[in-house]
Amino acid sequence: MPAPAQHRLIFQHIDEPGYSNDIDCYLRNGGYEVLKKAVTQKPEDLREEVKKSGLRGRGGAGFPCGFKWSLVDRKSGKPIYLIVNADESEPGTFKDRYIMHQDPHQLIEGTMISCFANDVKQAYIYIRGEMPEGARILEKAIAEARAKNLVGPNILGTAYSCEIFVHRGAGAYICGEETGLIESLEGKRANPRIKPPYFPAVLGLYQCPTIVNNVETLCHVKHIVQQGGAEYAKIGTPGNTGTRIFCVSGHVQRPGYYEFPAGTITMGQLLNEVCGGPLPGRTFKAVIPGGSSAKVLRFGERYKGKRKVGADMVDYDWGVEDVPMDFDSLAMIGSMGGSGGVIVMDDTVNMVEALANINAFYQHESCGQCTPCREGSLWMKKISSRMVHGDARKEDAALLKSVADQIPGRTICAFGEACSWPTQSFLIKFKDEFEAYPEAKKTLPADRLSLV
Amino acid sequence: MSTPTSSPSVNLKPETLARIDEVITHYPVKRSATLPLLHLIQEDAGYISEDAILWIAQKLELQPINVLEVVTFYPMFRRAPIGRRHIKVCRTLSCALLGGYKTCENFQKEFNTTLGATSPDGEVTVDFVECLASCGTAPVVLIDETLHEKVDAARVKQISAQIRAEAAARK
Ligand SMILES: Cc1cc2nc3c(=O)[nH]c(=O)nc-3n(C[C@H](O)[C@H](O)[C@H](O)COP(=O)(O)O)c2cc1C
Ligand code: SF4
Ligand code: FES
Repeated sequence: MPAPAQHRLIFQHIDEPGYSNDIDCYLRNGGYEVLKKAVTQKPEDLREEVKKSGLRGRGGAGFPCGFKWSLVDRKSGKPIYLIVNADESEPGTFKDRYIMHQDPHQLIEGTMISCFANDVKQAYIYIRGEMPEGARILEKAIAEARAKNLVGPNILGTAYSCEIFVHRGAGAYICGEETGLIESLEGKRANPRIKPPYFPAVLGLYQCPTIVNNVETLCHVKHIVQQGGAEYAKIGTPGNTGTRIFCVSGHVQRPGYYEFPAGTITMGQLLNEVCGGPLPGRTFKAVIPGGSSAKVLRFGERYKGKRKVGADMVDYDWGVEDVPMDFDSLAMIGSMGGSGGVIVMDDTVNMVEALANINAFYQHESCGQCTPCREGSLWMKKISSRMVHGDARKEDAALLKSVADQIPGRTICAFGEACSWPTQSFLIKFKDEFEAYPEAKKTLPADRLSLV
Repeated sequence: MSTPTSSPSVNLKPETLARIDEVITHYPVKRSATLPLLHLIQEDAGYISEDAILWIAQKLELQPINVLEVVTFYPMFRRAPIGRRHIKVCRTLSCALLGGYKTCENFQKEFNTTLGATSPDGEVTVDFVECLASCGTAPVVLIDETLHEKVDAARVKQISAQIRAEAAARK
């Protein structure tokens, strides 16, 4: 089956010749019309549209946005904050970068609509420290919007006022986790908070109700309010509405970003047709479908079971290529859609070495609060690096797996799962390669690419 | 960290001081300005000195340890000066799959330096950093505030020559 056509909703203007990131260009393209319409509506009606749209968060967890907003404590009398999660640090993910650099006003319009809908008077955009240019672009865009009375006091002549400030991180991945982010915004170490409270919507920034949404999620809100929730929900598939941006990197002919109606494209269509297939003379070996924390898929393996299609339960029997790229299907086969970062590895890659690269990332990024995560990520890194650079032993495979198995469920935040899933899945799916590594290593080409 | 006996001395440009006073107004709680102040001071002074930590603590009415623990947590803040240019090569998987480690090694050779160290001429410091969120154009390198994409061996040579030319023009 040929791949569906791209549907550029959020990325409509990305890399469009002549499109610039200033407000005049945005206004020429119909910008801020939706905000103008939104401020004449009732906030609760806007929230209802978002609920109807079925929008799921694009930051990684796929959490229903309308539901998250309904958890906000509106009775406390405290101010409600909105934080834009622009930390984009999950390896393999590179969509928010383009929105902020090339179409910042789309984000600001989506943010202002979301603030109005939730009675938020103060929003912060938490952008990762490694995007200094992005921070400057956003600050300029906010100033332009303020000058046109679209941000700030009494916007568009209404009684509604809302400020947006840009806040820069400083190189720590854990600031992407929403409670770590809040701590960081409070000027502290980004140590994620112990739950409960389960949702910042109840107690977040400065112990006030706080909404944390991903950059792309807030851009979708603009399109939802523009078309109406029910109309938006017609894009994509039930349960996976709207469009989904895939960021494809690694060993394909045409890496890059691609936007499709959610749930309409399979992994095979995406990699073979859209991205042009493997590099010349190579074959696909493995793919991580939703950012480096997602469990790896091995080409050649099959997934079988029953799934709901409409009202019926039907059998499925899929290879990697057949898997629909939506949150639910990827969860069903034991991985996740996550942030949309698809990392492809071909037959030149040794899986021990690839895992050693990933483990070095998680060891570097653990915040260190929980012993299983701090020590476990360190040992997984040490063992896998030693296998590559020092002595590799056959029993290392089992040792790695046993360390990974002791982390998930025993930590404060989901980083514990994120750091153990790569090791667990690599060890289950490529056990043979890990056990054979001590011998295989002797004959691997000495001039192969270093991965760690 | 010792308690200040006299006022900590930081030599900041007037524009930095003005931006510091402005940014503090962005937050209902002063402590939130810790990261912004550290960024502004590091941009001005090149690194975070002990006096800078004491100064920020006074400015935001915090204990010095509250600032120090932030400095040591976040990888971007440094306690000592580095080279004039900061070359940050992405180390993470998608870049590594397309030669990121080689790119890093090539930069070290070009400037006769080692990972994390400053070149003998004081011109550059080469570091590895984690995923820069541009994996589709791997391998990528952030030099000061500019992102360079698809940095293969030829691009390393080009970029290095340009850095050297700019250095020569300054002399
Ligand atoms: C370890 C970790 C890292 C995360 N990194 C990011 C990130 O870089 N960007 C992001 O938007 N969400 C990230 N998240 C998810 C956030 O915690 C949060 O769920 C998200 O920002 C909510 O926004 P959404 O509902 O719009 O997706 C991360 C979560 C974890 C556990
Ligand atoms: S799981 Fe890891 S990153 Fe999360 S709070 Fe614990 S130590 Fe920190
Ligand atoms: S892995 Fe290098 S930019 Fe993401």
